[in-house]
Amino acid sequence: MAAAFSFETRDDIWRLRVSGEWRARFLGDIDEDLRKFQADSVGHDLIIDLDDLTGLDTAGAMVLQRVMRACTARTTASHFRGGSRAHRALIEHVEPHLQPCPVEPPWRDPFLLLLNRLGRGAYGAYISGIKILSFIGVVVTTLARVARDPKRLRVTSIAHHMEEAGLDAMPIIGLVSFLVGAVVAYMGAKTLKIFNAEIFTVELVGLSVLREFGVLLAAILLAGRSGSAFTAQIGSMKIREEIDAMRTLGLDPIEVLVLPRTIALVLMTPILAFLAAMLGLIGGGLVAAQALDVSPVLFLARMEESITISNFWAGIIKAPFFAFIIAVVGCFQGMEVEGSAESLGQRTTLSVVQSLFLVIVIDAFFAMFYLEIDF
Amino acid sequence: MLNGGDQALDADAAIISIRGLKTQFDSVVIHDDLDLDLMRGEILGVVGGSGTGKSVLMRAIIGLKRPTAGTVRVFGEDFYRVGEAGRLAIERRWGVLFQGGALFSSLTVAQNVMAPIREHLNVSDKLAEEMAALKISMAGLPPDAGAKYPSELSGGMRKRAGLARALALDPEIVFLDEPTAGLDPIGAAQFDELIVNLKNSLGLTVFMVTHDLDSLYADCDRIAVLAENRVIEIGPLEEVRRADHAWIREYFAGPRGRAAGMSHA
Repeated sequence: MAAAFSFETRDDIWRLRVSGEWRARFLGDIDEDLRKFQADSVGHDLIIDLDDLTGLDTAGAMVLQRVMRACTARTTASHFRGGSRAHRALIEHVEPHLQPCPVEPPWRDPFLLLLNRLGRGAYGAYISGIKILSFIGVVVTTLARVARDPKRLRVTSIAHHMEEAGLDAMPIIGLVSFLVGAVVAYMGAKTLKIFNAEIFTVELVGLSVLREFGVLLAAILLAGRSGSAFTAQIGSMKIREEIDAMRTLGLDPIEVLVLPRTIALVLMTPILAFLAAMLGLIGGGLVAAQALDVSPVLFLARMEESITISNFWAGIIKAPFFAFIIAVVGCFQGMEVEGSAESLGQRTTLSVVQSLFLVIVIDAFFAMFYLEIDF
Repeated sequence: MLNGGDQALDADAAIISIRGLKTQFDSVVIHDDLDLDLMRGEILGVVGGSGTGKSVLMRAIIGLKRPTAGTVRVFGEDFYRVGEAGRLAIERRWGVLFQGGALFSSLTVAQNVMAPIREHLNVSDKLAEEMAALKISMAGLPPDAGAKYPSELSGGMRKRAGLARALALDPEIVFLDEPTAGLDPIGAAQFDELIVNLKNSLGLTVFMVTHDLDSLYADCDRIAVLAENRVIEIGPLEEVRRADHAWIREYFAGPRGRAAGMSHA
């Protein structure tokens, strides 16, 4: 039976008779009427009659107390009457807990919040720039120290990361480069056809894949795949206090964790970039054969004649730089993880975003540099 | 009974009864042919060594870990066979406090408590807020905790907030997973007291997984000991601690067990 109430007024005494089950799930139906009654009854003596009450929970007891309290604030004769002992006990129990509590954090000026975020963001970027620079410094000095004492180099660990971050990434990097090479060839062929210059597709594919796409795709996939994995691995070790344990045991986390990953990635990325470039060329060559009737033999001959080997080197030289920045940013963000799993997630995202950004920036610098030296 | 007065069940009735429960992860069997009854109005403490499946048992009852065999009857209904609507109806009648509180981190404490109220009850925002404020206060939090985010709370306050949310719909059964773990001794003692108080004033039935010997002495009407994939002993503390089983002897007669027993004697 749902909650219900009725009331009568006699000699300036208001009497509220409640009946049925005053439980949370029924209160929604009567709450509005009850609030109206509560507003009207203020200032009068109120008796709440509980005799017909068949069920009560804390929410029901709370609203009854709320009505009662509105009256007792002004008069002293208001009271509950009747009802079972259990109901009375529950009503008494909730009495001290009838205090409003704020639901939302205090309101703040959105404009100030915007300024605040802007300031924090700018300051944060500045600080993290400095931190990354100093981290790079630490990694380089550690590398120099290990170079003087090569038996400190963790060869097993390097090999492990070469496999995990390098070898295992080959299928995906190969496939993506193949597809991109094919797409470039197809787009080039379509556009160049307008000028009856389809044969230049070979130059287009060769130059773009060798100089840019091969190494860039390898770097982008590594940032998403291996850089984030570095952050997650080191970050979860940070959360479990493994890094702290290492320090107390006299192990240098940079030497044990960061160097092997960085060295492994620097060694593997040129190989991956090479693979990417070759598969990109194959993809482009296949499309050329399909759509342009340029046979693979002709394609290769044309490449040999118009694209110098320096283009290949222009691409591959960038690979170790990209690898270094991806590994260092990945490890740096992992070391920056604090306490919670939430922070781990944020840092992993940040690691990918920052390393991609830096890879593109470095790539742009290389492009300008090559332009200046006419490479 | 205040709660579930309409059920008119006698005090001895089992509110949850588990028969022949078997749970496993792949080939690792956690429980096998486990029987357990939770009586209306009691606080049942479930203890056992690490890896005996205390938390898994709780998860099997509340539907987070489907058993391979056996039945879980809650309020007389077979929980895993009542269908979607029946399950929802049962779930609304219990509250769960997870170990870390499991508060939604993007919501304030009050919004956390209001979440089940808004979802399941047809009440105005104003009434929902009043109900949330009541639960927050009953869980022993100061009113200004309502507008705080979980990350701004201490471990103990987070557990209290989790308890407030578990109580949001005035449940008949409350499940507590290690309620005092991670609290300092003072906070743990206060939490024990809170649980007993709430149980007495609201007529709750409490299923509590715990390691804490002090909690067992302070709170529990009965204790169930998990070992060898089943409940090896169940009953009032005094009976259980006299049982002849290696783990039980070590548990209660060890230095910690003796200390807790003395301080509650």
